[in-house]
Amino acid sequence: MSGNALRPADENELREIVRAAIAEKQTLEVRGAGTKRGLGRPVAADAPLDLSRLAGVKTYEPEELVLTAGAATPLAEIERLVAQKGQRLAFEPPDYAPLYGGAAGRQTLAGVVATNLAGSRRISAGAARDHFLGFRAVNGRGETFKAGGQVVKNVTGYDLCKLLAGSYGTLALLTEMTVKVLPVAETEATLALSRLSDEAAMRAMADAMGSAFEVSAAAHLPDGIAASVVYQSDGAATLLRLEGPQPSVEARVEGLRALLRPHGAAERLSPPDSKLAWRALANAEPFTHDLEHPLWRLSVPPTAGAATARAITDGLGGSYFFDWGGGRIWLELNGAPSGAGAAIVRAATAKAGGHAVLVRASEETRRTVAPFDPGAPGLFALSKRVKAGFDPLGLFNPGRMYEGV
Amino acid sequence: MLMPPPDQAVMARKAALVARLRDAVPGEGVIADLDAIRTYDCDGLTAYKALPLAVVLPEDTAQVAAVLKICKELGVKVVPRGAGTGLSGGALPIEDGVILGLGKFKKILDIDFANRCTVVQPGVTNLAITQAVEHAGFYYAPDPSSQIACTIGGNVAENSGGVHCLKYGVTTNNLLGLEFVTLDGEILRIGGKHLDADGYDLLGIMTGSEGLLGVITEVTVRILQKPPVARALLLGFSSSEAGGDCVAAVIAAGVIPGGMEMMDRPAIKATEDFVHAGYPLDVEAILIVELDGPEAEVDYLVERVEAIARDCGAVEVRVSTSEEERLRFWAGRKAAFPAVGRISPDYICMDGTIPRKRLPEVLTRMTELSRQYGLRVANVFHAGDGNLHPLILFDANTPGELEKAEAFGGDILKLCVEVGGVLTGEHGVGVEKRDLMGTMFDEDDLKQQQRVKCAFDPEGLLNPGKVFPQLHRCAELGKMHVHAGQLRFSHLPRF
Repeated sequence: MSGNALRPADENELREIVRAAIAEKQTLEVRGAGTKRGLGRPVAADAPLDLSRLAGVKTYEPEELVLTAGAATPLAEIERLVAQKGQRLAFEPPDYAPLYGGAAGRQTLAGVVATNLAGSRRISAGAARDHFLGFRAVNGRGETFKAGGQVVKNVTGYDLCKLLAGSYGTLALLTEMTVKVLPVAETEATLALSRLSDEAAMRAMADAMGSAFEVSAAAHLPDGIAASVVYQSDGAATLLRLEGPQPSVEARVEGLRALLRPHGAAERLSPPDSKLAWRALANAEPFTHDLEHPLWRLSVPPTAGAATARAITDGLGGSYFFDWGGGRIWLELNGAPSGAGAAIVRAATAKAGGHAVLVRASEETRRTVAPFDPGAPGLFALSKRVKAGFDPLGLFNPGRMYEGV
Repeated sequence: MLMPPPDQAVMARKAALVARLRDAVPGEGVIADLDAIRTYDCDGLTAYKALPLAVVLPEDTAQVAAVLKICKELGVKVVPRGAGTGLSGGALPIEDGVILGLGKFKKILDIDFANRCTVVQPGVTNLAITQAVEHAGFYYAPDPSSQIACTIGGNVAENSGGVHCLKYGVTTNNLLGLEFVTLDGEILRIGGKHLDADGYDLLGIMTGSEGLLGVITEVTVRILQKPPVARALLLGFSSSEAGGDCVAAVIAAGVIPGGMEMMDRPAIKATEDFVHAGYPLDVEAILIVELDGPEAEVDYLVERVEAIARDCGAVEVRVSTSEEERLRFWAGRKAAFPAVGRISPDYICMDGTIPRKRLPEVLTRMTELSRQYGLRVANVFHAGDGNLHPLILFDANTPGELEKAEAFGGDILKLCVEVGGVLTGEHGVGVEKRDLMGTMFDEDDLKQQQRVKCAFDPEGLLNPGKVFPQLHRCAELGKMHVHAGQLRFSHLPRF
């Protein structure tokens, strides 16, 4: 691979690079800030393509709830800008950089959308995909195209934003993106239940999420993990977050506390502790220390969380915590089992009816163990045809998601 | 509006097709009798009608797969259909094709309160999902105005919205899983009771694909607890600009109401004459703002919105003090379409979205167009998300008036695009806006979308003539052009 990165200054230069790549059948490794290169299979491309110059906020209209920016605009810049108007990206974008030993705060807008990330608010506000309204991009045919729009409600044509979100740069190269922004809640409160077993916590979270108290996030941290996230936690901690106007939050805190009574006495975290805890959860901070330990991220039906995590750790050993009311499991294996324990993890996940992504493993492991589950053969074949519809020569991030795609 | 010319060879083989379909779907499931077929000659866009070769009403997924295999083998086009309430002609029959109706898929398969989802067949109505779960306080949030009749399969195909979608999202944001059948007859399942499967988001691309990619046979949706309290404000403004400013001020204050609806003077007049909801008649615009949620929150936000409205110069401010009064505020808005139907022999409903701040300009230019075309227009507006529904009044019995109304509608939608908006916020493109796609997208944009179509349906047999103004063969779309005189890597700046 060439050590020299191509760094187009604008969309036209990018298109010319792609056209040249087509002519020379050169494959490209697509990068923004490069903070999540460890996520997915290692890319073996002819040249790195650095899109970091396609940056800068173009328009921000708080009253229209939309922001349009160059794809490689640092997310931190966007978050600072919209915070000045009391707004935020409601999907609570996590920062995975520290999971790979990198510094936080560098990722780009396209980086977080192309991997379709979401923090704890996923269950109440959606993921990156749900806030991605429109884009301009260059496809693997060297054509510039656009899709979606710059308004919050739009069904004109296929929703290509959904395909691009979570496509890891393998379909088209985003140059400009429009995303939805929403008001920051006036205040937040977190109630914590202590020392629940995983199963009891799943039930408590289901009760809370099934209530009308509009719980915006629900997580469970088993003993041993809780202390690194919740200040002065006493054993396992089950966290439930309420957001909204002050009088509403106060009323709901009381209501939720009463509802949770059968599960134990709920303590209220201080506002700074609450903010820190949810930030730590979104970024999976408990698993940013032993970088050589394989890390899995599962999505299962919420009530299946506890049993799935136990089925995996009984066989492999490891530690885990739950977000999304039990449906999101972060699971770090002890040591380095062969194949990152994929067979056991995938079997347990399939039994629950869900998906598992190998978020972190050695390069060698990620090459041999599929980090993303290709799924049923029919779906995989369809996905390959979709890829060919955007990038017929397979120029962009070859092999990043699946071997040979 | 022209549909692709029917394939006479396919038309001539109707009898053989019907016989094959009857093998796959026994009993009454294949309708070939002309009189009986007529029930299916249009959807909610009633200006266009066509008779399909046959209507097939399968009862299970295996039958859907068998029907699609037969159609592929015989080169017969397929138009999937739910309840046929769509407003853009997505389920308009094709003369050399069959209607594949999912009306018999009416089972609710699973209600899972602990995981807050339900699994249903596509022919279940939107409202029936809510009715199946409301005993436990749950509901399904997207609420298109046709929710009593429209089916969830159709909602997925159109990515339907509704009055409450600014706060609760449209269909795509409330969907967890799908089973669908490709034209090959292959049954595929995506998602389930969990969120965000990895891999390409095929669930997302299927949603809003208007029946062009696959036939939906099972749907898993999220359900939510119904907000305990809802209260509404009825606000009157002496200009639509003031009303628009108030909407912006509410959102700038960090309030996302459950619903925020605006009506202009002609719409107010028509509905007031019809249902006597008590709307003020001396204003240019009214705004209905509904706040829902826990009681403490609703009371607090009602006060805030009331204060904002007064600051914005609202000339009329009413706050509902009872459920009865709240429903009365809504009565006029909900009756707006029939009210307009009462004062005009016919009307068409447009569906553009605009950046809200451009509303006064759009309304002014719409008034000019109204004068120019000599046709009246009334506006109802999902103000929170900028989704405009101009109702154009005309008389189809006057020769040329339908064409005039459609030209007027086309000009309105072009105006929406010109000010930075889009052609359709929730009704879909269908045949209605198909020929306007070029005002929003250029050739490369549309070709990229059609290449997605090719990945699902390379023969182009699923719902052709909808969404795309020009049909391209997939082979032609797949050809690669190597651009002459392209730059080489070595000519480019490296850093």
